[in-house]
Amino acid sequence: MSTLTQPKLPTSERFSQLFGKYIYIAVGIIIVILLIGRIIFVARQESYPLSYWTFQVINGLVLGGVYALVALGYTLVYGILFMINFAHGEVLMMGGFAGFFALQYMTSIGWANGTALQSTLTIVFMMLAGMIVSVITGIVLERLAYRPLRGAPRLVPLISAIGASFFLQYTALLVFGAVPHNYRKPSVIDGVWKLGDSGIIISYTGAFIFITSILMLLGLFIIVQRTKMGKAMRAVAEDKHIAALMGIDVNKVIVFTFALGSALAGAGGVMLGLHNTVIRFNTGFLPGLKAFTAAVLGGIGNVLGAMIGSLLLGLLEALGPSALGLPTEYKDVIAFSVLVLVLIFRPSGIVGEVLSEKKA
Amino acid sequence: MAMLEVKNIHTYYGNIHALKGVSLHVDQGEIVTLIGANGAGKTTTLRTISGLLKPRQGTIFLNGDDLTKYPDHEIVYQGIAMVPEGRGVFSRLTVLENIELGAYSRSDRGEIEANTQRVFQMFPRLEERAKQVAGTLSGGEQQMLATGRALMANPKILLMDEPSMGLAPILVEGVFDTIVEINKEGTTILLVEQNALMALQVADRGYVIQTGEIVLNDTAENLRRNPEVQSAYLGIN
Ligand SMILES: Nc1ncnc2c1ncn2[C@@H]1O[C@H](COP(=O)(O)OP(=O)(O)OP(=O)(O)O)[C@@H](O)[C@H]1O
Ligand SMILES: [Mg+2]
Repeated sequence: MSTLTQPKLPTSERFSQLFGKYIYIAVGIIIVILLIGRIIFVARQESYPLSYWTFQVINGLVLGGVYALVALGYTLVYGILFMINFAHGEVLMMGGFAGFFALQYMTSIGWANGTALQSTLTIVFMMLAGMIVSVITGIVLERLAYRPLRGAPRLVPLISAIGASFFLQYTALLVFGAVPHNYRKPSVIDGVWKLGDSGIIISYTGAFIFITSILMLLGLFIIVQRTKMGKAMRAVAEDKHIAALMGIDVNKVIVFTFALGSALAGAGGVMLGLHNTVIRFNTGFLPGLKAFTAAVLGGIGNVLGAMIGSLLLGLLEALGPSALGLPTEYKDVIAFSVLVLVLIFRPSGIVGEVLSEKKA
Repeated sequence: MAMLEVKNIHTYYGNIHALKGVSLHVDQGEIVTLIGANGAGKTTTLRTISGLLKPRQGTIFLNGDDLTKYPDHEIVYQGIAMVPEGRGVFSRLTVLENIELGAYSRSDRGEIEANTQRVFQMFPRLEERAKQVAGTLSGGEQQMLATGRALMANPKILLMDEPSMGLAPILVEGVFDTIVEINKEGTTILLVEQNALMALQVADRGYVIQTGEIVLNDTAENLRRNPEVQSAYLGIN
């Protein structure tokens, strides 16, 4: 299948020129050997039962699904504008808050914990609220923070994005305060399945998040690959002038791209709220960075890559600490080590240029 | 009244004054060619007509409607399509997707389908490769695709920027045959060419551009016989 753009990050080229290819490969091999050694060592100790690992795999998939929703926002925008929208995590946060207030309202009228139908509608309403608010945030962001800088050197909109990220975070701090807001799960997704006496547990929320993510990813895939707008997006990603010759309104496509990415981020924000059961002004920051990492891991600008990278990162984060015999707090260290390693050794990501060019 | 009427346009790249008052016209049903040396301003002229560049001065009328008031993406809706210099196919999209994008400005599915069939009839090679990514086509095939894609807009006038560039001599013949065929089916053509010999053979009239100014303007036949044109552009001494 076809993808958005895929240029290489130049830093790695300079790095490789400096140190030479072989040192590069050698370092990579050493790291891999050390990691494998450590994993074998930990596995021998059999500190965790199988059910624990299954639980972590499920956890990783759920997390990966949410990362994928968010990562697509980075990758779609990058594919078209070659800029990293570092305020994307805050777009997610805004959606999360919208979902929170939607939930609060539905709780107040008794629907959140009412009949199964009412409770389901509550979730639908939360998701819609989150997506709409995120879409508005994303579109305003594009209009005010990025469009005036179009055509400026690539570093300029990046700085603007970081500024916008802080602006949104501290605006949220001002408006919503520093206290965490509690997301009380609507009753339909509050509960768990126990698989026999295997000790494996799947939470309704986890299942809901994973399935919804997958459905949304499928939807996005269909939009990008099959619709007229999707074709226009890919055309604009490749050449804006020629796209305009076809009659494509490039600005409209860019706005649509932001809207699409933001809608997914908004859904992700609500789901993260349900997953973590709390939301704060800085809730978007870490998942934003993680999703960015996942997008880079998969190959920034590449839709399929973002999905693969996200699931992989989710799994790495869930399984990594235990596999390496580290406390789970180290999951962030692992995630960002992945970012650094990918940037050094394979900046084009998993679904690199060659593959994305050939398929389609 | 001329179909396309370009009057005294001045186009700049920053401070570079690329077009210094270019005027030309194309009548319905004609093939008109614009010839000139490298850097003379041929591409700039076409890009200005198609709205990618805004002239700082001058007017461009299509059937009496001033085109300079439209943003670039609305030009194709007025009936102008372009085969850009260097073909400009979307290399990561499939052949079929490229063709579909050519009809982006249209909405009648039936007519689009008929048009697609017509393009495939003209270029059977494109139909064979419909599912292939355009970047993997040969140069000649990409030229066919760029031409077919432009025809999908069902333009009143087709702007072609060096369609024979980089093609083997046998293929060049094919390109010019295609141009004549497209014209016979009713599309007016403004053709930019380095290959002045071939261009003047298929064209009705021609303009010669030199450093941003039109210096000659005559029937194709007269231009072919013009000693200055012969020595400068036809390689005849
Ligand atoms: N993007 C640009 N920025 C600055 N100057 C440009 C740009 N594009 C073209 N020019 C200048 O404008 C002038 C006209 O260029 P143009 O591309 O129209 O020439 P051309 O007749 O199409 O040449 P060729 O036969 O080589 O395609 C040239 O002097 C060129 O250097
Ligand atoms: Mg040119």
